[in-house]
Amino acid sequence: MTTFVTQDKKNGEREQESAAKPIEKVSIIISKGSLEEVYPGLIMANGARMEGIEATIFFTFFGLDAIIDNRMDKLKVATVGNPAMHIPTMVGGLPGMSAFATKKMKKEIEKLDIPPVREFIEMIHDTGAEIYACRATVDMFHLDERDFCEQVDGIISVGEFYEKSAGAEIIFT
Amino acid sequence: MTTEAKNDKTVVLDQDGHLANREDWNEELAQELAYHENIGELTDRHWEVINYIRDEFDKKGDAPSIRKLTKESGVSTKELYKLFPKGPAKKAAKVAGLPKPKGCI
Repeated sequence: MTTFVTQDKKNGEREQESAAKPIEKVSIIISKGSLEEVYPGLIMANGARMEGIEATIFFTFFGLDAIIDNRMDKLKVATVGNPAMHIPTMVGGLPGMSAFATKKMKKEIEKLDIPPVREFIEMIHDTGAEIYACRATVDMFHLDERDFCEQVDGIISVGEFYEKSAGAEIIFT
Repeated sequence: MTTEAKNDKTVVLDQDGHLANREDWNEELAQELAYHENIGELTDRHWEVINYIRDEFDKKGDAPSIRKLTKESGVSTKELYKLFPKGPAKKAAKVAGLPKPKGCI
């Protein structure tokens, strides 16, 4: 039989007593549909599962584009109105700028071995995370189940979202 | 520091619960680590993952991303989470005697 003794490395204090309680569940809301605003939520959801944390992703408003079957492969980087892009707004608005920035970002993302959105959604779903679309937005945009990729587990209301998020940390992106 | 007292042998783990000294690793110890991580008996599929990430670590100095792992080892994401429940990247690295993976994916 193997015995394990865990001790704090500084003063021998029991680590479990000093450490904060680990996060067990996260509920991530993705509310925006540009490439650079979809990825952080996806990376956080996948990262949660990698750590053994339960994860649910709720797509709402323009975030829905990331799970709409005929749009999810065409998400673009927004080049206007974002000072951190370091492109003047007038220049960012020129034709082709968004396509150019998107191409560049996708290349960098691939270098880090981060999958394209569709593959990422499949991967995250395969890790056991649940994926939901927002009922109000689906109605507002006149969408239905057939518009979504197959990984979507359902279209749910805000109330149901909160029910499913019981005990979870809610993260809005 | 965590120490594993095994009969008369003591194996040192780092603060994250990974082997502190890679030289301590052997297949028998991998099984011991697997029991400790609640993974249970290691199967051939577990070994495919363990051997793959050990090879990658020797070549690149870090454990591979899950995406690379699933693409190149032939073990799917779903299966990987079944083989190493509750955090496959970290758990597999622990059993393989490697430090905590650095990557985010």
